Amino acid sequence: MAAVLSVLETDLMAYRRTWRASVLSSFVLPTLFVLGFGLSVGSFVDRGGQLGPVHYLDFIVPGMLASTALQVAFGESSFPVFSKFEWIRTYHAMVATPLRVVDILGGDLLFLLLRLLTTTVVFLAVTSAFHAVHSWWAIAVLPVAGLLGIAVAAPIFAFAARVDQDGYFPMLMRFVVIPMSLFAGVFFPIDRLPEVLRWLAYISPLWHAVVLCRAATLPGFGVSVLTAVGHLAYLAAWAGAGFWLALRAFRRRLVI
Amino acid sequence: MSPFRRPRPAPDQVTGPVGATGGAQAPDAPMIHARGLVKRFGDFTAVNGIDVDVARGESFGFLGPNGAGKSSTMRMIGCVSQPTGGVLRILGMDPRRQGTGIRARLGVCPQQDSLDPELSVKENLVSYARFFGIPRRVAKAKADELLEFVQLTERADSKVEPLSGGMKRRLTIARALVNDPDIVLLDEPTTGLDPQARHLVWERLFRLKQQGVTLVLTTHYMDEAEQLCDRLVVMDGGKIVAEDSPRALIERYSTREVVELRFGAASLEDMAGKLAGLGERIEVLPDRILLYAFDGDEAAEAVTGRGLTPSGTLVRRSTLEDVFLHLTGRTLVD
Ligand SMILES: Nc1ncnc2c1ncn2[C@@H]1O[C@H](COP(=O)(O)OP(=O)(O)O)[C@@H](O)[C@H]1O
Ligand SMILES: [Mg+2]
Repeated sequence: MAAVLSVLETDLMAYRRTWRASVLSSFVLPTLFVLGFGLSVGSFVDRGGQLGPVHYLDFIVPGMLASTALQVAFGESSFPVFSKFEWIRTYHAMVATPLRVVDILGGDLLFLLLRLLTTTVVFLAVTSAFHAVHSWWAIAVLPVAGLLGIAVAAPIFAFAARVDQDGYFPMLMRFVVIPMSLFAGVFFPIDRLPEVLRWLAYISPLWHAVVLCRAATLPGFGVSVLTAVGHLAYLAAWAGAGFWLALRAFRRRLVI
Repeated sequence: MSPFRRPRPAPDQVTGPVGATGGAQAPDAPMIHARGLVKRFGDFTAVNGIDVDVARGESFGFLGPNGAGKSSTMRMIGCVSQPTGGVLRILGMDPRRQGTGIRARLGVCPQQDSLDPELSVKENLVSYARFFGIPRRVAKAKADELLEFVQLTERADSKVEPLSGGMKRRLTIARALVNDPDIVLLDEPTTGLDPQARHLVWERLFRLKQQGVTLVLTTHYMDEAEQLCDRLVVMDGGKIVAEDSPRALIERYSTREVVELRFGAASLEDMAGKLAGLGERIEVLPDRILLYAFDGDEAAEAVTGRGLTPSGTLVRRSTLEDVFLHLTGRTLVD
């Protein structure tokens, strides 16, 4: 564990230089979401009455929260990981020490977890200030956002360890992350989607997290305990499989 | 001031601060012991059955051209690459099972820089020391000490990026010393540096050597090998072609002196024919002829005595470059 923490410590040492900008943007983004989507787009949607008595702002806040976790996970697992193999080579420096590959991976994922949790706390604080959070259950979005982030980041860690050039990441963004954000129930309920797209939403980790977050912040969208456990288990499966893939990919890349 | 605590405790009392503990080892046992060591990448054999023994306090070199298999060997010794075949023991331990324990007692300066540009110069050392489980306060003191040793104290809070190539190398060497390693592995420590920066690095490494640190280095510069190595192996195509001290290798495989002859546009093959019988041996290079003799001046006179008029004549002492040329028929640096 000390070994894992020493890796986390290095990540935090580096983060000390950029944390102000990073925390500021985690305040600015949810504010913009609330103003842009919630209030302006929301006023049209609410007039249309599509969501019944539910305000559009209240509807999309839990979705945006999950999708922000997805963005943070992508941001911390694509270029930075690739760079540590290919450009700045710090992973290569690390495996020459007593650290094991699993310590390195564990430390970086732990750092990501901290980033996810702080971003989510700020998101909750900002949106609460706009009265878009309606239950103390909202605290439950913290573990959900953390789990979603790892579920998404771990496979991207594996991907970043396998590719030989950074050109794949913009494609991953365009063809996976953005479509997932659009069609996984963040902006509108997926029962409006054609069958095929709905299945894509079911497969994506994001949809499961959105359902859980919405259940936590919005009375009336609650789910049974069994359903909640099912969604959590699905996310945990992604995280577990992703970790296993990442471990294999890291070993292949570093210990040759 | 020395950043190193010597003499060290017996190896079997040293425990890696993170992970596995070291195995017991007799005091005179080799620090590194390899027999028939092989590394293959697919069908390609990069290291083809080499035997190596490195003793405590020794400064040992792998000399060879690009692609000889030096880095592949160093990576196996550094326990970041699994041997494909043969026996390898580091500090009496088995790299296949005790990699963590071995790495805790090595210092590695890799061929390619791997400093963290997101950290300051000093933070690079502190962060690296933490990977060895060294307490934060001790790590900071150690970092100060090592920055002093590699003459980077003034740059402690600077970022890494603006440092010159030579400074980055010295910082990497300092980083390799944070854990008071039993063996320091240096893969081409001065490749790509200008002569002045190179001399600064050599001076630091020489200081380490004097302090009794076991150094293992690779190089394709014969002057580096001559300056730093007590003993070296000449590697070519994954094999060891000779092994001894630099001086003994030169005595065995070359003459005391060499005459370098240039003949403008004339055909060097023809000239070599006309030189036959002079000196002990003749090598024809693309741009000059090397005439090997005990007494270079005497041999140079004999050349003009035959009525030949070289456009350039240089008498010098034999070097490891000549040894390599003799053993492989090729030059070290291309
Ligand atoms: N990971 C690898 N995969 C395939 N071939 C490799 C790999 N690493 C090194 N080689 C090959 O092995 C040979 C020896 O390389 P290396 O040990 O780096 O030599 P040196 O350090 O002496 O220049 C080279 O031909 C190189 O191309
Ligand atoms: Mg090399």
